[in-house]
Amino acid sequence: MSTTVLTAMQQGLQSCEVCGLLSRPAPGEDEGRCPRCDEELVFRKPHSLQRTWAYVIAAAICYLPANLLPVLTTTTAAGPESDTILQGVVLLWSPTGWPLSLIVLFASIMIPSAKILALVYLLITVQRGSVENNEQRIRLYRMVEFIGRWSMVDVFVDAFTASLVQLQPLMSVAPAPGLFFFAAVVVLTMLAVESFDPRLIWDSASSREVRYA
Amino acid sequence: MYNQALPDASLVACPHCDLLQRLPDLAPGASARCPRCNEELWRRREDSLNRTLALTLAALVLYVIANSVPMLGLTAVGHQASTTVFGGAVQLWRDGEEIVAGLVLFAAVIAPGLQIAFMLAIVLGARRERPPTWVGILLRHLPTSRTWSMIEVMLLGVLVALIKIAELATVIPGLALFALGALVFVFAAMQANFDPREVWERIEWAAARARPTAAGDRTVEATP
Repeated sequence: MSTTVLTAMQQGLQSCEVCGLLSRPAPGEDEGRCPRCDEELVFRKPHSLQRTWAYVIAAAICYLPANLLPVLTTTTAAGPESDTILQGVVLLWSPTGWPLSLIVLFASIMIPSAKILALVYLLITVQRGSVENNEQRIRLYRMVEFIGRWSMVDVFVDAFTASLVQLQPLMSVAPAPGLFFFAAVVVLTMLAVESFDPRLIWDSASSREVRYA
Repeated sequence: MYNQALPDASLVACPHCDLLQRLPDLAPGASARCPRCNEELWRRREDSLNRTLALTLAALVLYVIANSVPMLGLTAVGHQASTTVFGGAVQLWRDGEEIVAGLVLFAAVIAPGLQIAFMLAIVLGARRERPPTWVGILLRHLPTSRTWSMIEVMLLGVLVALIKIAELATVIPGLALFALGALVFVFAAMQANFDPREVWERIEWAAARARPTAAGDRTVEATP
């Protein structure tokens, strides 16, 4: 049995992003306010693709200094020494510490790059009006949304290492310029996910009246 | 200009794919998913407000402990040092990384605090027969505070830092570390037991408030 797909937008209905109420704009009006929670209603997030692109491109630009510049400087009697994110992963690698090293490798290096690539893929397929792999694409979006926050791990590691290891003149740890760019990548990709409207993934399929089982 | 609500309140659109559908009447604990994109549209909770209130109060106690006592201590060749959650942000600020310090402070202290405060106010306000509009204002900001509250991520970060430093010095885990560990689970349970739809269904409507002549009755709005 198959049913014709009917979306709220095709019926001229707006669903509130805040409280979930479905409502109809007043005759002759394009958008109005939610009668229940007062939120301004739109059919789709305004300029979703442009804004998401802007955040993704900014994140991609910050990605290079985030990985090439050192994030921590350790000063000992032997002099200062700086580590990048990847060097931090290598330093953590030991017979007992390797699981944590893998976690940091995953959270700090693989997640941010995978997130940027996934968002670019979603943006391009939506812009090309793709109607394929919708289920996989929405799953990808949810995964990016769910996993993104874990990239912040390295920022916390460096913050607490620096705040604890203050044993002047013996040894001290301070943040280095790469940390700012790394944090910027995390925040920008999170903002990109928030400005992307997942309903756009389905809009080309809906407008072609594709049937689903 | 307010939109017109539909007469049938069970009609919804999926937030992830905009598919129009009717929400079934659910038994407590059951959930409804979108047939097209599998998004969970609603999960009904048993005794949601009371349970959420209890868990939020537990979170408040743990939050206060986690932010008032040392989290990690360190001893190395006669030197001693310790840090709190707040201390992580302070040292970054001193070292000239003001923006990252602000981010750490926000994700580790401010956002979790707001999440607890919002939730507490929402649950208490929603116990009234007709929850006032300010409950809706807080409900609107609850997801934002949840997105940026990163207690669990911070805890993993602290554990990694602890292992890293353990090679150089003796690390003493503080009470705050255990409070944070418990807080992660209480936060998860708090969110799992909260049912925002239940609160939205009873809340005082903004449109009714703007036009008191409409008798504050939502059926007046709903009838076309």
